[in-house]
Amino acid sequence: MIRFEAVGKRYPGGGEALATLDLDIAPGEFVFLTGPSGAGKSTLLKLVALIERPSRGQVIVNGQSTRQIPRRRIAQFRRGLGIVFQDHKLLADRNVFDNVALPLIIAGFSPRDINRRVRAALDLVGLANKGPRNPMTLSTGEQQRVGIARAVVSKPPLLIADEPTGNLDPELSLEIMRLFERFNELGVTLLIASHDIDLITRLGHRRVMLAEGRLVGDTAADGSGYDVDGDPAYGQD
Amino acid sequence: MARTRRSERGPRRSGPGMVARIRAYFRQHAHHSLGALGRLARQPVASLLTVAVIGIALALPAGLNVLVANARVLSAGWESAVDFSVYLQHGLELERAEALAAQTRARSGIAAVEIISAEAALAEFREHSGFTAALESLGENPLPHTLVVRPAPTLDAGAVAALAAELEALEEVELVQLDTAWVERFLGIIDIARRATEVTLLLLGLAVIIIVGNTIRLDIQNRRSEIEVMKLIGGSDGFIRRPFLYGGLWYGITGGLLAVILTGAALLALAAPVGRLAGLYGSEFSLVGPGMAGFAALLGAGTLLGWLGAWVATARHLREIEPT
Repeated sequence: MIRFEAVGKRYPGGGEALATLDLDIAPGEFVFLTGPSGAGKSTLLKLVALIERPSRGQVIVNGQSTRQIPRRRIAQFRRGLGIVFQDHKLLADRNVFDNVALPLIIAGFSPRDINRRVRAALDLVGLANKGPRNPMTLSTGEQQRVGIARAVVSKPPLLIADEPTGNLDPELSLEIMRLFERFNELGVTLLIASHDIDLITRLGHRRVMLAEGRLVGDTAADGSGYDVDGDPAYGQD
Repeated sequence: MARTRRSERGPRRSGPGMVARIRAYFRQHAHHSLGALGRLARQPVASLLTVAVIGIALALPAGLNVLVANARVLSAGWESAVDFSVYLQHGLELERAEALAAQTRARSGIAAVEIISAEAALAEFREHSGFTAALESLGENPLPHTLVVRPAPTLDAGAVAALAAELEALEEVELVQLDTAWVERFLGIIDIARRATEVTLLLLGLAVIIIVGNTIRLDIQNRRSEIEVMKLIGGSDGFIRRPFLYGGLWYGITGGLLAVILTGAALLALAAPVGRLAGLYGSEFSLVGPGMAGFAALLGAGTLLGWLGAWVATARHLREIEPT
């Protein structure tokens, strides 16, 4: 589903965000991306979502090298991808229903299909009756669930999330993660960046660890693989 | 995966692909055009100001154009008016004047000769000028007999001038006044006014593009985060640009409509005084409006300029906004 082949990323005027990274995520996997701030988690996700392009190597998403996607086709590419943000990025000038409907409107669905799908998505995240509300009147946890409903409403095969529980307390965080697990059961591939080591360890999915732009650990759900235990840098911030 | 894979290539659409696509296209346009209109309506004061500026900017050249067009209509009758007045010596007997008129009539190259006796001229002058009291005090009629000579239409300007010179050389003639000189000057002035109108139209059209462009630019800045979100969830450049283009279109249409109203109102306000003035000159002239075609052109120009302004703004500024 996602493959990084010797990918390096250097920001202009900045240091090396990612150094020669190789990574393979199979369809249907649930992968946590972890590591301290500045490890390159966000950069990795941005390369997947084509917000950034690699300086070296290539990123293959859904069997397609992102290098072959010209600027004008990025929008089309992103429609096959659900993105969940730490700050949800909901639009304050429209209600919850319209926020969730946005990807469907962009894709040109009929009003009937939009209505059906948005209701299903809101139902899935437990906000079935919040459609007419303004997202800003909801709690942070509810806002994040609206963001997730928007990310999954067009049923993308791949969902990426950057610190989706960054602003939530442990209980709400677990709730959100359980939601992601349900999508995974439905066949969605998930790549979630998080530094909440306790939570991630409890959930027991594959963990990919980054530090200073390098892959330093890759632990499968069953615990096999390699890990750099004992390094105090992980799980601190 | 089977369940989700299905949607990889795009949405499931109801009905056959092509028809559904076309319907989706029009639905998106309706969605965006109405959305853009709603956005203008939600900030009535700011929108109204922009529309007012566009309306006035368009009404000004339109009004000038109407004036020039009317001046041309007015002068159209004069372009062939190469009549000239032959003022006879003061105190010449009416019989001599009539004889001269008959002689002149007999010349070649003359279409008509009309004699206006000193008395008739005085009576007309008295009636129209309002100088009755002053004329009374003169005691004696200061006006000479006059021949109004209309050359044959076949005569060119040089022949007419030669004819005038010949008549002026006659002993009984005091002065020949060719009326073509001022017609030419008038036409020259109209020509300048027409050019000025064109320049004004060009400059104010540019101003409308700039006004709309700037308004849309501010709108884009205010909705920066929204645009970023749209781009992140797969909104194409066209999709993101469309509401702004419709915004410009609405500004243009409403501005054009206002310009139509302003021009129409100005014409109505001017019609009566112009009619009175024409009456004073014994003319049937009345103001000619731009007509349905003119008003439609005004509305069309507003729409086009509004859209153009929005297009310039989106082309320049939407690309700069990329999610980070």
